[in-house]
Amino acid sequence: MTSTNSTTGEQDLFAGTSETSQGRVFTVTGQDWDSVVDSVAEHADERIVVNMGPQHPSTHGVLRLILELEGETVTEARCGIGYLHTGIEKNMEFRSWVQGVTFCTRMDYLAPFYNEATYVLGVERLLDIEDDIPEKAQVMRVLLMELNRISSHLVAIATGGMELGALTVMTIGFRERELVVDLFELITGLRMNHAFIRPGGVAQDLPPGALDEIRDFVALMKKRLPEYADLCNANPIFRARLENVGHLDLAGCMALGMTGPVLRSTGYAWDLRKTQPYCGYEDYDFEVQTWDTSDSYGRFRIRVNEMWESLKLVEQAAARLADLEGAPVMVADKKIAWPSQLAIGSDGMGNSLDHIRHIMGESMEALIHHFKLVTEGFAVPPGQAYVPIESPRGEMGAHVVSDGGTRPFRAHFRDPSFVNLQGTSVMSEGGMVADVIVAIASIDPVMGGVDR
Amino acid sequence: MTEENKNLPAQPGEIESIGERHGMFGVQGSGDTSGYGGIVKPTIYPGAAQRPYGGWFDVVADGLDGLIDKVVVHRGEITFHISRENLPEAAKKLRDQPDLRFEFCSGVSGVHYPDDIGRELHAVYHLMSMTWNRRIRVEVTCPDVDPHIPSLIALYPTLDWHERETWDFFGIIFDGHPSLARIEMPDDWPGHPQRKDYPLGGIPVEYKGATIPPPDERRAYS
Repeated sequence: MTSTNSTTGEQDLFAGTSETSQGRVFTVTGQDWDSVVDSVAEHADERIVVNMGPQHPSTHGVLRLILELEGETVTEARCGIGYLHTGIEKNMEFRSWVQGVTFCTRMDYLAPFYNEATYVLGVERLLDIEDDIPEKAQVMRVLLMELNRISSHLVAIATGGMELGALTVMTIGFRERELVVDLFELITGLRMNHAFIRPGGVAQDLPPGALDEIRDFVALMKKRLPEYADLCNANPIFRARLENVGHLDLAGCMALGMTGPVLRSTGYAWDLRKTQPYCGYEDYDFEVQTWDTSDSYGRFRIRVNEMWESLKLVEQAAARLADLEGAPVMVADKKIAWPSQLAIGSDGMGNSLDHIRHIMGESMEALIHHFKLVTEGFAVPPGQAYVPIESPRGEMGAHVVSDGGTRPFRAHFRDPSFVNLQGTSVMSEGGMVADVIVAIASIDPVMGGVDR
Repeated sequence: MTEENKNLPAQPGEIESIGERHGMFGVQGSGDTSGYGGIVKPTIYPGAAQRPYGGWFDVVADGLDGLIDKVVVHRGEITFHISRENLPEAAKKLRDQPDLRFEFCSGVSGVHYPDDIGRELHAVYHLMSMTWNRRIRVEVTCPDVDPHIPSLIALYPTLDWHERETWDFFGIIFDGHPSLARIEMPDDWPGHPQRKDYPLGGIPVEYKGATIPPPDERRAYS
């Protein structure tokens, strides 16, 4: 490879040009735009293909974009995905049904509770224990999922703002998200990858003081959320960058299987929490948020409004949990409920000493039961189930297949990021190259979910 | 199954057994002294349902009259087994008939049943009608030696990436797909990783002198 840096005349090992049978290839790493523009100028009438990513700050992870340009106009946009494929679905086939939660929570890492919930709901349907899940477990699931919706939308808005150069939106977005992950840490022990929602209920009861923390958080968020509206809603630069960008109408959404804020930005109030309720969402009071502009600006407004609705849901769930102190959080069937118990000791969270004393010192049967369930797990009757839920990005569903064994025969996840990313082409072709970034940010794809 | 005959033996054709499960502790040969190694259990999937299926299930079944091989109703979900020859016609009816109107396709997911001889590869479509607020599942099979299923891209453009993924992971060829390239694995990857005959991979891990084999080679409960 021969390359020169025009300003210093020295060899640049990373940015340079090379000749291929397809034409000249330029590698751009920044601060060398002058030399690239000069070199390209002599080919200005030719077709230019820009490869963006897979490592690029505004591609939301390891997404590769292949853009064909005519001047500043995008004539063709394609996505290259698969850089984050980790074989989570295949791995789940070699672990027990409960261990599967630990794997699938890592897919869409900004919305871990949704990955867990859709898988767990599918397993519970196959086990035929959907009606036996304790009320407190369902309310805690709703609470965690709605807190998760807030944190996920905050990241969507924060990174979307950063890509426009609106760095304050980024800093305040991550500031608030930190509060939510602190709540997750308090309740589940982990900030991400919780593996907290388990077949039959949730892993643990709420720790002492959690409800107070949640109420403080809601009160604080009610003060902080208006800042997003003040910064963005009427901001002329923000509006100019987002309005009429990434346009996709209802017919396009239906054909491409788009769900979530993208679909609701066309004015269609489709939200699985309302239309096909699960986890008891029919008992809560909230509104489905829509906008009617079918563009990136509408999707931004929907996300902000949905955070307000999620706060309402969190408040209602917290109020219900206050009346459910001491209630069970795991199904009563001891052949399904996870036997191991955790407790907080002097060195942090660990195995409950009471539980260990019981199985090791008091009851041989309890030890056998613990051992069988933890190592072998429970068998799930043969069949298949698909219980989709409304994740922050749209319809998230797990196709769970059992052959009657103690491990999933197949678990396939319909991740909304994967499906919605197909809309990149229609949203950005014919537009300016700078608007591609805005269109993708309005889809809010998470590559961990896309590639799984 | 109706209320009065639910305790009677299943009618012929109702039960479908795919494969068998042997033993209990994943031990082959002489290692097992428990006696459980002799256990043989058939894997029985939910059998075909008889009419009436109940509620709107019958409306959808009527709309697909003559195109269905088998209907399974299990845990409140309905699955239509349709042969691959009939798939495009059935999908068009499902999408376009006003009383069906399954305008939304959630995607297709592959399942590999190595013991289901002659129909090893299954493609499972999840369809939703937003008009009627209904969900169904359509299951299509193809043999391993002839892994072809017609593409539904023209009816549901969303299936573009889903069909590529199913090709990538299971080797099902969707005839008519404009560019059935790998999507998750690298272009030159050999094999189709989510088939049951494809190993999970991994290396043995040594810890304090003991060696733990990779997950797919460990002794496991069956």
